Amino acid sequence: MAQTITIDPVTRIEGHAKITLTLGDDGRVSDARFHVTQVRGFEKFAEGRPFYEMPSLMARICGICPVSHLVASAKACDGLLAVKVPETGANLRRLMNLGQITQSHALSFFHLSSPDFLLGMDSDPATRNVFGLAEKFPDLALAGIRLRKYGQEIIETLGGRKIHPAWIVPGGVNDPLTVEERDRILAGLPEAKDTTRLALDLFRRTAPKFADELDSFANFPSLFMSIVGKEGELEHYDGKFRVVDSDRKIVADGVAPADYADIIGEAAEEWTYLKMPYYKPLGYPYGLYRVGPLARLNTVDKCGTPEADAALHEFRAMASGSILSSFHYHTARLIEILYALEKIEELLTQTDILNTHVRAKAAPNASHGIGVSEAPRGTLIHDYEIDDDGLITKANLIIATGHNNLAMNKGVLQVAQRFVDGKNLHEGMLNRVEAVIRCYDPCLSCSTHAAGQMPMIITLVNPDGTVADSITRG
Amino acid sequence: MSKTRVATVWLDGCSGCHMSFLDLDERLLDIAPLIQLVHSPIADVKEFPENVDVALVEGAVSSDEDEEKILKIRERSKILVALGDCSVTSNVPSMRNQFEPNRMLHAIYGDGVIPLGGGPVPTLLRKSRPIHEFVNVDVYVPGCPPPADLIFDTISNLLAGQKREDAPAPKFG
Repeated sequence: MAQTITIDPVTRIEGHAKITLTLGDDGRVSDARFHVTQVRGFEKFAEGRPFYEMPSLMARICGICPVSHLVASAKACDGLLAVKVPETGANLRRLMNLGQITQSHALSFFHLSSPDFLLGMDSDPATRNVFGLAEKFPDLALAGIRLRKYGQEIIETLGGRKIHPAWIVPGGVNDPLTVEERDRILAGLPEAKDTTRLALDLFRRTAPKFADELDSFANFPSLFMSIVGKEGELEHYDGKFRVVDSDRKIVADGVAPADYADIIGEAAEEWTYLKMPYYKPLGYPYGLYRVGPLARLNTVDKCGTPEADAALHEFRAMASGSILSSFHYHTARLIEILYALEKIEELLTQTDILNTHVRAKAAPNASHGIGVSEAPRGTLIHDYEIDDDGLITKANLIIATGHNNLAMNKGVLQVAQRFVDGKNLHEGMLNRVEAVIRCYDPCLSCSTHAAGQMPMIITLVNPDGTVADSITRG
Repeated sequence: MSKTRVATVWLDGCSGCHMSFLDLDERLLDIAPLIQLVHSPIADVKEFPENVDVALVEGAVSSDEDEEKILKIRERSKILVALGDCSVTSNVPSMRNQFEPNRMLHAIYGDGVIPLGGGPVPTLLRKSRPIHEFVNVDVYVPGCPPPADLIFDTISNLLAGQKREDAPAPKFG
């Protein structure tokens, strides 16, 4: 009879997860596994459907980052049409994507993770959530809610609704931006920037109190991957792959989106529905790499906007090479919001943004299309093949959170070895195991595009298979 | 006045309905004093508790685990709300119903190791189905996702102690 401690579900993450820890002879954790427990079959049921349905259908992979799927899917469809998207159309897609980065990062920081560092890792689980935050820090909770709302309203202003807008389409976008809409978005910028600066400042002051977490929250050497812009700048909409190592040395650069399979392989394990992507030259499982906000700030030469660049400079001063602790995903996320807000302003103050030619139209001209973009959680790849009638014959998706699968597993093991004592468990230990997962802000509805959900189960198994201790959460 | 015990659950869906709930924005702070969020993906209580007044359920029932959950939720909740199209009709999750699950998994994972359920991961049901096929549903809130205003009206009415037949009639489409 194995001893099981169940954390089910992993909470305050976007999805359902389950964790299994195995104990060694000394009562310490010897192995850890992070399980994703849902599969939905998008890659399979896309087959036989018209390619132009894909953006709207694939958006339903995820309610947090539907815009990422709209972007990557529409870009794969642009490839099938073999058209050039009008520049204004591309910039309007960018704008919606930046709105999404703002809302998704605000959600991750304020609604999901800040209860850990503002109320405390060991605080009462009954109130360790956004409502508990609102009770104790009403102004901050309100500011966070309003920042997320601002990002959502940008999406709504452009696409007519906040979640699953049908506005990004193959060849561009559905309709142009009006002066009134532009001015409405611009009017919200000052408050959004103030809130982001406040959060960044608050987190800088709070982080040092978490020395143990900083040190053990998936803090290990690894590769980092993202797409970067033409001048090595931060770029979420369009760019080429770059991979750097823990010294921030470039190991791959300028890899075209269409060649992703040259550098990324995918493995599967029977204990999780989430595939395990790895960096091909190093093989599986050694080719572990990380994606997302922290990875992007490690791969780029610069953000390309003044305030975010100043924050990046300060961020990088913490280490000589790449920033390795996953606890700093939070810091990176806030710097990215700052960048997104600056970039929104930059795009909206260009006169071209009001151009009305925002979509190129064509019939399918190619049988294979690949779309890559940087979702809030990392690099997202949609890869479609169609037949002569424009019906999908093959779809392969590599999802942002998936890239981090190996790294999340390694991170869970590291934090469990530091904090979990199998002979004497308490709730705060298990919350830390979950909190390392929250750093990655995994998007599990995305991750389970193939399958399903993740409850989090922590199983403690003695070497002889007996139960060492158990804890009931909730 | 005692607070209304509210739970939100996410079965097989995309979290869009939960996001639409969070799109209540400032209104979240208005309802916060009236409710006790006793179980939710955005809170930390792991076990679905007893004596829940209102349970909002997003997503379809697609695995043996989902089925187990929905039965427990029904047993422990006074009012069960089917939140969003996946919960109401099985929507996108049901698009896999044309395939036998194991064949679908083979198609997705290729020839290597395949998670076929059992052990640490749940087993897929033959078909993904709406929750009313398993349990009695009190209030249906359609939409992909339902707009925040509709979710707010539904919750407000339930908090005001309205009978379920007086719930606002949602518009489809």
